[in-house]
Amino acid sequence: MIDFLGAVGDVLTSEAAYINALTFAVFLAFGATGEWVAERSGTLNISLEGMFLAGAFSAAMGMHQTGNEGVAVLCAIVGGVSVAAVQANMSHRLVANQFVVGLTLNILVLGLTSFLASELDPVTRQAGTQRIPLLADIPLVGAALFDRTWIFYLIYAVVPICWWIVFRTRWGLELRATGENPQSADVSGIDVNKRRREGIYVTGVTAGIGGAYLVLGAVGQFEDSIVGGRGFIALIAVIFGGWTLRGTIAGCLLFGAVLSFRLSLPALGYELNGDLLTSLPFVVTIVAMSIFASRVRPPASLAQPFIRGLK
Amino acid sequence: MTVEPGHATAQPGSGHHPDHHHGVDADDFKRELGTDGTLTEEPYHPNPSTPTADRLQAIGEVVFLYTVCIAAALGLSALLVEATGGSSAEVFNALLDGSIRGPGRIGATIGVAVPLLLVAIGTIVSNRAGLVNIGQEGQLYIGAAFGAYFGTKLGWSGPWVILLLLVASVVGGALWAGIAGALRYTRNVPEVLTTLLLVTVAAQLVGYGLKNQWLLLAPAEGRANRQQISQQLPENTRIPRIEMFGNEFPISAFIAIALAFLIAAAMARTVWGLRLRMLGHNPRTAQRAGVAASRYGGGALLVSGAFAGLAGGMMLAGGDFGNYTLVPGFPAEIGWTGLLVALVSRQRASVAIVIAFVFAALRTGSGFLAATGVERRITDVVQGLLVLALLIPPALLYLRQRRRQMNSGGDRT
Repeated sequence: MIDFLGAVGDVLTSEAAYINALTFAVFLAFGATGEWVAERSGTLNISLEGMFLAGAFSAAMGMHQTGNEGVAVLCAIVGGVSVAAVQANMSHRLVANQFVVGLTLNILVLGLTSFLASELDPVTRQAGTQRIPLLADIPLVGAALFDRTWIFYLIYAVVPICWWIVFRTRWGLELRATGENPQSADVSGIDVNKRRREGIYVTGVTAGIGGAYLVLGAVGQFEDSIVGGRGFIALIAVIFGGWTLRGTIAGCLLFGAVLSFRLSLPALGYELNGDLLTSLPFVVTIVAMSIFASRVRPPASLAQPFIRGLK
Repeated sequence: MTVEPGHATAQPGSGHHPDHHHGVDADDFKRELGTDGTLTEEPYHPNPSTPTADRLQAIGEVVFLYTVCIAAALGLSALLVEATGGSSAEVFNALLDGSIRGPGRIGATIGVAVPLLLVAIGTIVSNRAGLVNIGQEGQLYIGAAFGAYFGTKLGWSGPWVILLLLVASVVGGALWAGIAGALRYTRNVPEVLTTLLLVTVAAQLVGYGLKNQWLLLAPAEGRANRQQISQQLPENTRIPRIEMFGNEFPISAFIAIALAFLIAAAMARTVWGLRLRMLGHNPRTAQRAGVAASRYGGGALLVSGAFAGLAGGMMLAGGDFGNYTLVPGFPAEIGWTGLLVALVSRQRASVAIVIAFVFAALRTGSGFLAATGVERRITDVVQGLLVLALLIPPALLYLRQRRRQMNSGGDRT
């Protein structure tokens, strides 16, 4: 136990640990922010994993073809949105079960990207970093936050924009109404399923950027297992955060730190059981949900399809 | 169909039933108007077709829709193969050879279909009760791990240990689903989320067990250094395999099919099945009628976990997965695929038998793809597209039926 606390102490004072943690956290946050929008509209969007993967692969292909980071990010958005389009139209135009669609999409996208990657073999490289003067000189966290690739900096725009559209626009109000009480929303003239589809498209955009960041900012090349279940961690960050944006981001930071512990601790000379550590975010979320279940409430119609005239 | 009051006054005592009305006569054109001369909500259709013709047409439509969707899915897959320089005909032949045409391959496919079917049956039970269990992959892994512990670590062997192993698997799977059930009914935590989260926890937990000799790891002399696998099940602690027409498969296939019919019958014919369905259709009404949600819903979750666990145990003792050894990544997405089998077969255990076989065939067929030079991941694409294709027709038909009901005004709520 003392050892463990010592390890935590060492990690907290090492700059590399913050860099690692934020790399994971920001990747998660790209997906989780969009997922949060979709969940506020009442969709439990399981295909987030597939959107990440589609974004990552499209970014790699865009980079391979043009060598331009901007084009790669645009490709990633197209990739993420195309997965979103299937999910949205299958589950909220046709009324197919959203979990089946999501799970199928995850399998389909994994198959498709690994199949295409083996045929086309995209070659990419890590994007260069842009150091922001002064801010990057803050001790400990400065380099982790402000000495990054420009794709990383997009998170500083994505999170406020998502907050703004959900809480400060008419569209956002309608979106939240859809998630809480679709029958009433429908009666007051809101196209419930349309709002839900749009929520999923937002997830597609942000998860696509997340995938691009993963390939160009964190890993440097595309691999089949590049996402490796982290889409689910981004999904549970939203749940952990109790469906608030603040909590979601906190969840991403926490889980990002936990994921990076696996890398940081051995580097600092500590032995640790990786399996138990990896399951920590999941256990923490289950415990948090059980304790705060009475206080934290999911959007009332989360994961329930809306068909007019059916309660 | 509603009968307008106008009809009774127009033809008193004519003995002419409005629903079996053939030919056109003058009255047919009046009936769109109600007694007070205003339009009724449902326009009268002169010359309605007979019920059997309607039915035939409906069946024809369903078959047509399914054919179009499946053809589109297969066509897209073929297009993908051709676009990347492969030959779709070769791929198709390789898939057929690997799954049914090659010698002994039907047996291999049956071996894969068994756990898929078991997972699907369990899922059908919990779905009927209106619960969304999507953690079968984890429940299956825990089941297999429990089975491996009882099969290898206690030093017992013999046919009765097979039974013990399977019971342990059932308990393991049920326990893992039970956590979700307990949280659902005591703390109100949605079971969708907990079952999903517990998948990863299960994988990490079994991974931990496979690193520690007091849990699952085989003794050092039986394995390569640093290899994280369990001991192999002893020869006499394996599910017997039989040979039929040159195809060899474990006898658990018969048990799985029997269980499928048993559950189908229990769902359709017993009070328990009725109560589960009540709970699934309308929890509030079910509660009023005396169906305790926690007891029946929790029970349904336990049953679905138990089936997933049993699938894990039979995978371990059946021999088609991991060579009677628990290895990392043992569930191999059988849990996820089994869940898809249940949902594609639309809650019917008997249909699930066929779908499980088809999905198993895709899996065993993919082993033969290497010879064609096409990446075997293409089968994931085919399977994914097929599932999406199979989801479309029922959704379309349901939507159309809904729209008709709304328009007729017969079922406004």
